[in-house]
Amino acid sequence: MRGGRRDVRGAIFRLALLASLGIAFVTLGALLVDVASKGFEFLDPFFFTHPPSTDPHQAGARPAILATLYLGVLLLLFTVPVGVGTAIYLEEYADKNRWYNRLLEVNIQNLAAVPSIVYGILGLAFIVRGLGLGRVVLAGALILTLLVLPTVIIAAREAIRAVPDSIRQAAFALGATRWQVISRQVLPAAIPGIATGSILALSRGIGETAPLIMIGALTYIAFDPTLLGPFSALPVQIYNWTSQPQEDFLKLAATGIIVLLGMLLTLNALAIWLRNRYQRQW
Amino acid sequence: MSAPPIRIEGVATERPEPGTKDVVFDINDLTVSYDGQPAIRGARFEVYRNFVTAIIGPSGCGKSTFIRCLNRMNDLIRGASVEGTILYHGQDLYGRDVDPVEVRKRIGMVFQKPNPFPKSIYDNAAFGPRVLGMTDDLDGRVERALQQAALWDEVKDRLKRSALSLSGGQQQRLCIARCLAVEPDVILMDEPASALDPIATTRIEDLMHELKRDYTIVIVTHNMQQAARVADMTAFFSVDKLEDGARTGVLVEYDATPKIFTQPSDKRTEDYVTGRFG
Repeated sequence: MRGGRRDVRGAIFRLALLASLGIAFVTLGALLVDVASKGFEFLDPFFFTHPPSTDPHQAGARPAILATLYLGVLLLLFTVPVGVGTAIYLEEYADKNRWYNRLLEVNIQNLAAVPSIVYGILGLAFIVRGLGLGRVVLAGALILTLLVLPTVIIAAREAIRAVPDSIRQAAFALGATRWQVISRQVLPAAIPGIATGSILALSRGIGETAPLIMIGALTYIAFDPTLLGPFSALPVQIYNWTSQPQEDFLKLAATGIIVLLGMLLTLNALAIWLRNRYQRQW
Repeated sequence: MSAPPIRIEGVATERPEPGTKDVVFDINDLTVSYDGQPAIRGARFEVYRNFVTAIIGPSGCGKSTFIRCLNRMNDLIRGASVEGTILYHGQDLYGRDVDPVEVRKRIGMVFQKPNPFPKSIYDNAAFGPRVLGMTDDLDGRVERALQQAALWDEVKDRLKRSALSLSGGQQQRLCIARCLAVEPDVILMDEPASALDPIATTRIEDLMHELKRDYTIVIVTHNMQQAARVADMTAFFSVDKLEDGARTGVLVEYDATPKIFTQPSDKRTEDYVTGRFG
């Protein structure tokens, strides 16, 4: 009872955990401070309203920001219907004893882990060249769609699976058809989870650089992008600025990072808000 | 996709004279298996109109499996198969041209755990009528269903509130109202009071006495006193060991409730109702 030995191993383990957390925090903090200190100089309306230029003091990121917004909207339009549809099929219709359904499942899990550059190569071969779409916004959006689709499917499946079976049973017992059960009970109950997953996938998609560079997103676009026109994107623009020798371009890159981070944090905050707002106790 | 609706003539208009027995379900040699393992073997009995029929028996005797055959809810379970026949008003429930969705319109079900939809009280009661297209005078229909389920007075001022804000007993009565709103012929209840406190249980039991005037009720219960209180007829299921050691549910005895509880004709029934096992 008295003079018990201190739990030394426990204390060391605790310290190790704290140190891990510390490393993550310090690194992130240092990055943010560095970016903020460099980037604020150019963070003004001019940055949002002007195209890039060879003179850093005349340069903005308007076409890149617009293209990123276009990509985001298209990405949602493409991924959500296909992703949710796939998730409904896998959760509500597929017979898991069939080999093709199991194959589909394994494939989706694996696709979620494929490096994004691979999607870039695929997109270059099949979308830009194969479909003959060219290096345009639409092609970029399609490639990002392929990239984030597995994530959306997995998130939507989890949301659908979280709807208790008792709800389906109750609806069936009232004479609802399978489609009515899904469309009137399961999907409405799963929407918060689906929305959260989709937003997180969107924020991953618009932060992607490699596949867009792969298909040849340009870095010097002086006009606003169109659906079927050449484009840049914010991450690509940032990448380009960081490879310029002049100090001022590095500052511009930092400004771009602040804007991109702002967009991503807003999206993630929206996802968290949605999740908490509609969290349900069954 | 959907098969022609099953025809049931005269249901809900004619009521039998007291004392006559009008057969609603005629169950013949019913065997239900899951992945080839029989859960019930060879059950055979009749369920009468405007009666409360209780199914009692120890755990694992196939009570729930049995009641889920009556509205084809077992169809939703992969690997479940049904042999034998169940005639519903003379028509084979498992016939080729019978649409299970049509069956469930006529044969409603209340589950063990209250399972209201995560929607308003009104939308819960209105769900059945809406999916079945019975939307004429929806307000009146919802009100009548809630009144029949003895819930109207408690919720009439908060129909737009979430059903999940109700107490467990109220939620279960809402589930009964939801089932009544589509004017079924039969109500199946799978241990409807097992998750409720004694007062809420009493209310559900009183409700059954009321409802049997208009409906035929089949209730599964593990509470023998409840069966004795509410049921006109009682079926006792037990567990049999097969030659290969597997267990399966069998119907031991089916009779008027007082007889089952006072002079059962089978020793196993007597042992069960006197509390010697189960």
